Amino acid sequence: MKFRAKIVDAACLNHFTRVSTMIAKLAKTCTLRISPEKLNFVLSDRVASGGVSMWCELEQENFFSEFQMEGISAENNAIYLDLTAENLSRALKTAQNARALKIKLTNKHFPCLTVSIELLSVSSSSRVVTHDIPVKVIPRKLWKDLQEPTIPDSDVSIYLPVLKTMKSIVEKMKNISNHLIMEANLSGELNLKIETELVCITTHFKDLGNPPPASEDASQERPPEQMAEVHVDIRKLLQFLAGQQVNPTRAVCRQLKGSHTFHRGAGRLSARPPWSGAQDGPGAHLTGTENYLVSNKIVHFDLLHEDVSLQYFIPALS
Amino acid sequence: MKCLVTGGNVKVLGKAVHSLSRIGDELYLEPLEDGLSLRTVNSSRSAYACFLFAPLFFQQYQAATSGQEALRCKILMKSFLAVFRSLATVEKTVEKCCISLNGRSSCLVVQLHCKYGVRKTHNLSFQDCESLQAVFDPALCPHVLRAPARVLGEAVLPFPPALAEVTLGIGCGRRVILRSYQEEEADSTVKAMVTEMSIGEEDFQQLQAQEGVAITFCLKEFRGLLSFAESANLSLSVHFDAPGRPAIFAVKDSLLDGHFVLATLSESDLHSPALCSPELHRLAPPLQAHSTPHLDDFASDDIDSYMIAMETTADSEGSRAVPSIPLSPGLRPPCSPGPFSEDHEAEPSTEPGTPPPKKFRSLFFGSILAPVHSPPGPSPVLAEDSEGEG
Repeated sequence: MKFRAKIVDAACLNHFTRVSTMIAKLAKTCTLRISPEKLNFVLSDRVASGGVSMWCELEQENFFSEFQMEGISAENNAIYLDLTAENLSRALKTAQNARALKIKLTNKHFPCLTVSIELLSVSSSSRVVTHDIPVKVIPRKLWKDLQEPTIPDSDVSIYLPVLKTMKSIVEKMKNISNHLIMEANLSGELNLKIETELVCITTHFKDLGNPPPASEDASQERPPEQMAEVHVDIRKLLQFLAGQQVNPTRAVCRQLKGSHTFHRGAGRLSARPPWSGAQDGPGAHLTGTENYLVSNKIVHFDLLHEDVSLQYFIPALS
Repeated sequence: MKCLVTGGNVKVLGKAVHSLSRIGDELYLEPLEDGLSLRTVNSSRSAYACFLFAPLFFQQYQAATSGQEALRCKILMKSFLAVFRSLATVEKTVEKCCISLNGRSSCLVVQLHCKYGVRKTHNLSFQDCESLQAVFDPALCPHVLRAPARVLGEAVLPFPPALAEVTLGIGCGRRVILRSYQEEEADSTVKAMVTEMSIGEEDFQQLQAQEGVAITFCLKEFRGLLSFAESANLSLSVHFDAPGRPAIFAVKDSLLDGHFVLATLSESDLHSPALCSPELHRLAPPLQAHSTPHLDDFASDDIDSYMIAMETTADSEGSRAVPSIPLSPGLRPPCSPGPFSEDHEAEPSTEPGTPPPKKFRSLFFGSILAPVHSPPGPSPVLAEDSEGEG
């Protein structure tokens, strides 16, 4: 297992730093998936327990001038690492005036991602900053839980307003209630609503536009004025919005019909959301585990920051 | 005693007080023949700081009224700091600062003459005290390095503000290395990130130390003096000796000098690997722009041996046995037992109210605080990952 990459362009470095800072705001620890073409930051398999999930993808050739990796084997040419996102963000932030930045997978009494930065210096000698970020290598048998999500049908999908505006509104609403209702329809209208005994506050966004429907049937069924509503924990939404420092190139919000199969085995409750890579056949359901099929909504945010895509899933409150 | 500070020197005085407040909670003020001395020491006696302002620093300086003995006093740092709390305000509004102490009153009077005729008077109660003396002599330290404060300020920039301790030493190629120091956690599953900064010899005005020497000290305390030196645009010199012996950080100009004496970790406490290792060798020459990677280069980055070990133990959930890392021949052990190591392990701490120990030794009165945990056996040789490319 080997990985080595280098960034020499200042703009690429800044962009990569911004991505890592965003990830650090969205997740404490996450999985970094390294494959020959892409880098992914993944937070997965949490939706069942009410947590959020995330899939962030970037094409390595848009950032790195050199990129070499070798996965576990030729058939499984990928590396999955668990790391503390803030470490990577902090390391990259020290590369403000860097001539070059190198990242390598190393083993210094424990596996590390070593970030080595050569700084520009007024004097003739170079200055080098090295960060050893401890990582945990994820064994291949756990990879199936960390695959790209497949997006099921959505009731409604809508373009989002300027995220900073949305964030400042949601921030104020948080002081009043933790329970936020998001309503959207196919006429480009989005409402953010909180209701308490004493007061009900709604913010209306209009003329947002809707992305073209995935299939013809879906759009014809639904009256454009009809609102689809989903209830979410306001803090989760706020954490997501706070992570977006720059307004994305494109931002879409979908309300997904989620269906989860809960497997209870060995006292551990885990959910397999729709995006599991491994499609277990019926056989798996009969191996002595109890299964509950639960239909629950998920709010799906699909953002594009220049050339970095971010998908973020917030489960609805039941 | 009566001193009058005017103009820009008021801010300098304020900055010095801010620096001292990073170390201790009590300020010892002593007017001497050769100037006004402000000193402090921290509660565990592992850090001592002192500023001496020469008589020329003041518009008016009177150490003692004739016939009387010079008075010494000890004031709460918090109270004295409150006078200079906002340096920006001090710089903008204070024209003169008068510090006076007379035998009859029980207060140290600090009077700020500000713009528009505003006068702020602070009456700070004090205690008589013995003179706070630390025994140290920079000239006795074999190793010295000196650089403009700006260089050292840039050197500590990559380190998080919360980092407690840092190791400073000389690596291969006469490069000065600063590395974050983490105490070994009992819960070793959560490891901390290690940051290292390497600076070339050319950035230093003086570098008198061999490769391989290193000391570990409290970064937070050092930052106190560093910020003063940066604001006053002075050079900072570091005088040090073997690990365990105190390190002396000094700034000096014609009107003042400052010394911070910090304890350093002794060798038996050190966990970090040697600063001079084959890996650092390769940092010395400027990194080459675009070398074609050879297949061989990756061999040393291979962590397949780790992967294999993991898969065999992966059945048991949770625990993953970390295999012992094969020793790379040629690396010398990072530390040889120092003078303080084994003998003092078992000595119980007899000082009442000893604060929760850091493993630093006391600087004063010859006492040596025993570490609570007996130091681990000689740390295993840590095989550094060797970089493939030049």
